[in-house]
Amino acid sequence: MLEATGITVRYGGRTALEAASLTIRPGEVTGLAGPSGCGKSTLARVMAMMLRPDAGTLTVDGVPVTGWRQRAPRDLRTRVALIYQQPRLAVDPRLRLAEVIGEPLAANGRPDGERVAELAALTGLTGELLTRWPHEVSDGQLQRACVARALTLEPRYLVCDEMTTMLDASTQAHLVAVVNAYRERTGAGVLAISHDPLLLDRWADGVVDFAGGQGPTPGQPGRALRST
Amino acid sequence: MTQPVTGRGRLRVQDLSVAFRIPGARVQAVDRASFEVRQGRCLALVGESGCGKSVLAHALLGLLPGNATVSGQAWLEHGAEPVELLAASQAVLARRVRGRAIGLIPQSPATHLTPVRTARAQLQEALRELGSRAVADDLAARYGLRPEELDRYPHELSGGMAQRVANVIALAGDPWLILADEPTGGLDRPLVDRAMTTLRELCDEGRAVLLITHDLRAAEQVADDLAVMYAGRLVEVGPAAEVLGRPRHPYTAGLVAAQPNRDFVPIPGLPPELTRLPAGCAFRPRCGHATERCATLPPMDGGVACHHVLEDRHA
Repeated sequence: MLEATGITVRYGGRTALEAASLTIRPGEVTGLAGPSGCGKSTLARVMAMMLRPDAGTLTVDGVPVTGWRQRAPRDLRTRVALIYQQPRLAVDPRLRLAEVIGEPLAANGRPDGERVAELAALTGLTGELLTRWPHEVSDGQLQRACVARALTLEPRYLVCDEMTTMLDASTQAHLVAVVNAYRERTGAGVLAISHDPLLLDRWADGVVDFAGGQGPTPGQPGRALRST
Repeated sequence: MTQPVTGRGRLRVQDLSVAFRIPGARVQAVDRASFEVRQGRCLALVGESGCGKSVLAHALLGLLPGNATVSGQAWLEHGAEPVELLAASQAVLARRVRGRAIGLIPQSPATHLTPVRTARAQLQEALRELGSRAVADDLAARYGLRPEELDRYPHELSGGMAQRVANVIALAGDPWLILADEPTGGLDRPLVDRAMTTLRELCDEGRAVLLITHDLRAAEQVADDLAVMYAGRLVEVGPAAEVLGRPRHPYTAGLVAAQPNRDFVPIPGLPPELTRLPAGCAFRPRCGHATERCATLPPMDGGVACHHVLEDRHA
């Protein structure tokens, strides 16, 4: 299980999350809903170990993630992959698509062209597209590469933060199917963050409403960083 | 307080094409698009990212970069003197069209605003340029903004407030045609709903609305008419309820079926590159109905451009 307990995050003087708790179980899709600014993305970053909380604990399959400042330990960090809302802000513009997908493998010192091609094909990217620069492809194509990249190290958990908000219905259906097939094959747990109730209704096994107050797990929900 | 905008103004687009020259290639971003939007009606132009929707909007406002070539006609018919937008000079567009006849609600309003000035300063600039005597506070109040909210910088605005500021600026010159280019990008559902309600109200006041979006559900909420674009070409046009309720083009049917509350099944394959469209129907490589006939481009006939119109099969 990927378990966040009592997570508090402050940006400057403002509290983005206060004592929030959430559990992701292997093989399940947990939906997380709530309005803009309620702290969903902050929690996503905490659970993917991209952000160190000011208080609270995160445990990955029973191992507490503690004692880090700049980076969480690699063997824990690579168990969770994060897919962002805006692919254009999530890739290095100086890498070709094949390099974007293979970046985690290269960073781990084991580049693997075959694996890259296989993952790319899974998300619908083939041939010449893989030699393109990010500025030469559409948002949908770039997000396909980001999904492939997230799967390269076979994470135990996937955090999808508004993964399909920018995309048309067909690309959305495709990428959700890719994530679901990966989950079924590997038993990975998925956190699906979205403000679209129809999508979560279709995709998630259960939904935590982050603004509404009472999630299925103990602890306090996120508090609004700002209201709209 | 709001003056109803009355009249029989319309935007009539005929065979609009836009191509870009890039090193070693030619990108046909829009290919002979024809449609019409009238006062009191909302036309939604839908299609996936990169299909040419935004290029079309920019062509209408004369905002394309220098490597673009445009052909066709776009008549802005309102009052005594119609303007043909594609041939009009920048001076005419600036003096008579932008902000006055056509108001643009931009993609991602928060990033469209200058970060270094307050919302009020930017609204007042628009009013000054338009020679309007409207008071910023009154105008803002009409669209649900409090005076103190106008004194914020863009980074201090929530998504919903930034959206409203963009609306107020677009409407400062009281345009009769609203061009909304992906106005819901990154907004959550309640804010999308609110943005669509606002567009519907603008329609009901008698304005014409051209909504450009990839969000079929948003389009369904507000549009009277729908135009579906694929790889730079319109493939199906008609009343929104009919097009979405009984799609006749296989691409439209695929988009409708891909929605999470329907089959949630993607259309196979990827959209083609605009630099090398397949001969004939551009949807052919992804289409389950395609035959050899599809190697010739199907003409737009009765609101649908397809050799294998779906109603034939279901009749």
